[in-house]
Amino acid sequence: MARLTVAKTYKMYIGGKFTRTESGRSIAIKNLQGEVAAHVCHASRKDFRGAVECARGAFSTWSDCTGYLRGQILYRMAEMLEGRRDEFASAIQTMQKMTIAAARKEVDASVDCLVQFAGWTDKFQQVLGCANPVAGAYYNFTTPQAQGVVAVIAPHTPSLLGLVALLGAPLCAGNTVIVVGSDVNPIPAAILGEVCQTSDIPSGVINIVTGVQSELYEHIATHRQVAGIYSAALAKKDRVEIEQGAADSMKRVRFSTLDGDDWFDGSITASPWNIEPFVEMKTIWHPSAC
Amino acid sequence: MRHAIDTVMVEQRAASFTRRSIKTDSKQQGLRLALSMIDLTTLEGKDSPEKVRSLCHKAVTPWEGIIEPHLPSVAAVCVYPSLVKVAKRALEGSSVNVASVATGFPSGQYPLEVRLNDVVEAVSDGADEIDMVINRGAFLSGCFDEVADEIAQVRTACGHAHLKIILETGELETLENVRLASDIAIQASASVGPIADGEVFIKTSTGKVSPAATMPVTLVMLESIRDYYEQTGVRIGMKPAGGIKTAKQALHYLVMVKETLGNDWLNPHLFRFGASSLTNDVLRQICKQQTGHYTATYDFSEA
Amino acid sequence: MTIATQDTSTEWDYSPALDSTKVTIEQKNKLYIGGKFVSPRSRAWFATTNPATEKKLADIARAGKADVNAAVFAAKTALPKWSRLSGSERAKYLYRIARRIQERAREFAILETMDGGKPIKESRDVDIPLVAQHFFYYAGWADKLAYAFPGASSSPVGVCAQIIPWNFPLLMASWKLAPALACGNTCVLKPAETTSLTALRLAEVFQEVGLPDGVANIITGEGDTGRFLAEHKAVHKVAFTGSTEVGKLLMRQTAGTGKKRTLELGGKSANIIFADAAIDQAVEGIISGIYFNQGHVCCAGSRLFVEESILEEVIHKLTRRLGSLRVGDPLDKNTDLGAVNSKEQLKTIERYIRCGVEEGAELHQTNTSRLPKKGNWCNPCFFTDVQPSHTIAREEIFGPVLSVMTFRTPEEAIARANNSPYGLAAGVWTNKGAKIFEVAKKLDAGIVWCNTYNKFDAASPFGGFKESGFGREGGVHGLRPYVRLGGV
Repeated sequence: MARLTVAKTYKMYIGGKFTRTESGRSIAIKNLQGEVAAHVCHASRKDFRGAVECARGAFSTWSDCTGYLRGQILYRMAEMLEGRRDEFASAIQTMQKMTIAAARKEVDASVDCLVQFAGWTDKFQQVLGCANPVAGAYYNFTTPQAQGVVAVIAPHTPSLLGLVALLGAPLCAGNTVIVVGSDVNPIPAAILGEVCQTSDIPSGVINIVTGVQSELYEHIATHRQVAGIYSAALAKKDRVEIEQGAADSMKRVRFSTLDGDDWFDGSITASPWNIEPFVEMKTIWHPSAC
Repeated sequence: MRHAIDTVMVEQRAASFTRRSIKTDSKQQGLRLALSMIDLTTLEGKDSPEKVRSLCHKAVTPWEGIIEPHLPSVAAVCVYPSLVKVAKRALEGSSVNVASVATGFPSGQYPLEVRLNDVVEAVSDGADEIDMVINRGAFLSGCFDEVADEIAQVRTACGHAHLKIILETGELETLENVRLASDIAIQASASVGPIADGEVFIKTSTGKVSPAATMPVTLVMLESIRDYYEQTGVRIGMKPAGGIKTAKQALHYLVMVKETLGNDWLNPHLFRFGASSLTNDVLRQICKQQTGHYTATYDFSEA
Repeated sequence: MTIATQDTSTEWDYSPALDSTKVTIEQKNKLYIGGKFVSPRSRAWFATTNPATEKKLADIARAGKADVNAAVFAAKTALPKWSRLSGSERAKYLYRIARRIQERAREFAILETMDGGKPIKESRDVDIPLVAQHFFYYAGWADKLAYAFPGASSSPVGVCAQIIPWNFPLLMASWKLAPALACGNTCVLKPAETTSLTALRLAEVFQEVGLPDGVANIITGEGDTGRFLAEHKAVHKVAFTGSTEVGKLLMRQTAGTGKKRTLELGGKSANIIFADAAIDQAVEGIISGIYFNQGHVCCAGSRLFVEESILEEVIHKLTRRLGSLRVGDPLDKNTDLGAVNSKEQLKTIERYIRCGVEEGAELHQTNTSRLPKKGNWCNPCFFTDVQPSHTIAREEIFGPVLSVMTFRTPEEAIARANNSPYGLAAGVWTNKGAKIFEVAKKLDAGIVWCNTYNKFDAASPFGGFKESGFGREGGVHGLRPYVRLGGV
C-alpha cells in the first residue's frame, strides 16, 4: 500500500509568529495534476487587521534602525532564500507549468532582487534626496523617509519573484509590510515566512497572510493605519475599488506595470523609482548664520 | 545669563521695519523727531576749537532758512574731552547738551585709572553726558565681572552726568554677544544706584570700527532695554552710532523703536542718533516736504 | 510693566500709505483658450468682489462643460508640438514669462491684493517675487530633465488639469504651470472663483511672450467647472491644491483611471517651542506662522506647543506682538493683516472662534486696530487652555486663529504634534542642534521649519504626509508629478 503523504497546512506569518487564521477557514491548493498539494489559511479581515497592528508596532524599530543594519538583515534574508532554493523552486512549480530550470531561475532572480534592495537601504536617500539651493540664508535639504505600514498585494505570476520585488521596495526604505499572497499560487508566500523567521527580520516587519485577495481589497484600502498599497497586474475594477477606498486616508497607491521579462531585470524591479512611491519627502529648513 | 538669539530671524525682523512706508505728516513729524535726537559728533584728531564752535552753532540752529514751525535743536554735541570746555561755552544758554567720549576712547586700551580720570576731567570741564567704551578685551576673554566692575566705576565717576555705554558691537561680532554685553552694561549701571529714565544709555559703536550701527544689532539692544523695563520699570536709553547717514535710515530706526519699545522712547531723552552727516540729509528732506522742491547740498552748512 | 506697542495717543504714527498705482480691470473677463480670450459658451458670468470693500470688481466667465471641452481640446491639440519642442526652447518661453512678471510685478501685486484681500506688503514682497522665481527656476530644468531622474528616462504626462485655491492665487498658478510646462505638458488651469483676475492677467503675459496657443489655457468658474475638468477623459493628470475634503473627492472620482495626481491639501501644523529657544525670534516665527496672509495658509502653524516652563513668557510676548500688528486696508503698505478672502470664509472662522469659547478655551484678542465697517475683517487672536480634543485644535480653520498648548518633554511634543490626520508642515524652535534634527526627523510633516517658519522657495519641495495629500511642488521633486518614467 502506498504511503499516505503528510500534506502540509501552511500557517500565516504575523508578528513573527506562525498562526492559523482566526476564522478557522482554509483553502485547498491543488497542483497541476489536480491533487491537493497543501492547505493554506483563508485569511479574514480580522487577520488582516491583526497583521496591521503588528506591522504598526514594528514600524519605529524598523524605520529607526540604520540603513546599514537594514541592509545586512535583507542580505541575510537573501542568504536564507538561496539556501532553500530547491524548496522554493518546487513551490513555484506546484501551480505553474514550468521546467525546474525555469523555476530555479525565478528563485535566483528573487535572491538577486533581494540583494539589490539590501544594497539600496543606505543609498536611496542619496539618490532621491538632495540639498536645495534656496535664495536665502538657510540650509535646506530634502530627505526621504518611510511612510509606515504598506500592504503588498502579490501578483499571481511570477509567484515568488513578483512577491519579492514588491516586498523589497517598501521594506528597504524602512516601511513594515503586510503581504497578501496570491490566491492562485500562495505557497511561495506561505513559505517565505519561514525565511523571514530564520533570518534576522524583526517581528512584525514582514507579515504574510494568504486567502482570497479580492475579499480583502476593501479592508486594505479603507484601513486608516495603512499608509501605502503596492500591487501589480490588477484588473481595472479592482484598481477602482482600491483607489476609491484609499481616498479617505490618502493612501499612496502604486499599481506596478511590470510584466513578462521585466520581472527578471533587476535594474527595473529594484530601481530606486520603485522605492520612491513608498517614501515621503521631508524638507528641512534651518537658518544659517553665526 | 546668555540669551539665545537667532541671527537670521533678527535680520528678518529688522528688515521688516524698513518695509514700513512713512509718508506725508508722519514723515514730517518723524524727520523733526530724528533731528531732535541727533548727537552731532566730531571725533577726529584734527578737530579744532573753531570746528567745534561751528558744530555747536549748527546744533542749536540746524538751518538758517525760514521754516514753520521752527526746527528743533539737536540733542547734543559730542566731542573729545579736550574740547569739552569749548563746546560748553559755545552752547551756553541753549538746550543742547555737551557729550564727551571718555575712558580712553575709542579703544579703551588704557589703565583703568587713566580711563576713570578721563571721565572725571570731562565732567569737571562741563560735560553733561559721557560716552564710555567697554573693555572688549575683557568681554571677549570671558571676564564679564571685570567688564561690569569697570562700568560701575565709570558710572560712579560720572556723578550727575548721564552715561552712554558703548559696546562696540562691531568687535563683539555675534548678536548673542551684543545681547550679553547689553545686559551686563545695564545691570552694572544699576548696581551703583537707582537709574532715572534716560540717565543711562547703551550705545552701539564708536564709529571707528566697521560695521558700526546696524538695525539687527540695535534691535537686539532694544530688546534688552525692553526686557529690563518690563522687569524694573526703568527706562534705559538707546543710541545707535555710526553708519546712519540718511533720513530714510533714521526713519527706519524710529519705526523699530516704536514697534519694539513703544512711543515712550521716541524722544531725545531716551533715543539718540550718533551721527554727523545725517543732519543735513534730514534737513534736505524736511525742506523738500515743506517746499516741494529738492535742495542742493550747498544749501546747508557743513558743520 | 508692559510695553504697549500700539497706543491711541497722538504721538508718532504712520500716515496712510496707499499704493496709488492705477490698475485697470476689464468689466467682462473671458476665458483664455487656445491662445485667445473667448466668451464662455455657457454664456454665464459671475461677479468677483474686493473683500476689503465688498465692491464688485468685475464679471468673470463661468466655464461650462462645453468650455471645459474646448480648453482640454486646445491643450490636447497643442501637446504633440510642445512636448517635442526641445527643452532649451521651452525654457526660453518660461524665462520670458518670468521676466514679464518681474516687469509687471506692481500691477500683479495690486490686482492680487484687490481681488483677494491680502496686504500689498505680502503680494509685493512675497507672492509676486516667488511667482517670477518659480518660472525662472523651472525654465532652467526644461533642458536638464535627463539629470533629474537617475537611471530612468522621462516623458511628459500629457494634458494636465490644474485646480488652485484662493489663498495664493498667482503663486499657486505658477507652482502648477511652471513645472508642468517645463516638462513638456500642456495645461488647463482653473483658478478659485473668488480670485481669478491675476491668473487671467498671467494669460496676457502668455500672449505677450508668444507662448504657443493652447499650451496653457485658463478657465474660470466654480466647483462644477473644476469637476468637469478633473473628470475629462482626455486629461492625463490632475493637480489640485485645496481642501482635504475636495481632494478626497477628486481621488475617488479619478480612481482606477490611471490619471496621475498631485494633491496638496489641508493642514493643522504644529509649531513646537522648547525652553532653550531664542524666544523673541520664536515669537516672530509664531506670528508669521499663523497670521501671515490672515492665516489663509495650508501650512499655517495653527497649533502651538510651548514647553511648560516658558508658557507665561511666550504668552506675554505673543500678546505684545499681536498688539503691534496693523489690521486694515490691504492696499496700505503698512498693513500687516488684510481682509478675509470671502464672507463665507469669515463666517467659518467666526464659527470656529465661537466654538473655541464654547468648548472652554480662553480667547485672547489683544489687537486694537480699528477695523473698517465694510468688508470681511477678522481680529487676529489666539486661544489658551486648549485641550487636544477641542475642535479648534483638530480642524483646519484657515484663519488668524492660534491654539496654544503645552508639553513637558520632547517625546510628548512629538507625539502630540503627530496626533493629527494631517502632515503638511511643522516648526521646531530650540537652540540645540542635536535636538532640532531628532525632532525634525520624527515629525510627520513634509516641511519642517527649524528656527524659522513659512519660508518658501522655488528650489524647495513643498507637500505633505498623510491626509495633507501627496506629490511635491518646488525643487527637483516638483518635476516628478509631471513626468512619466521609463525603464523602471
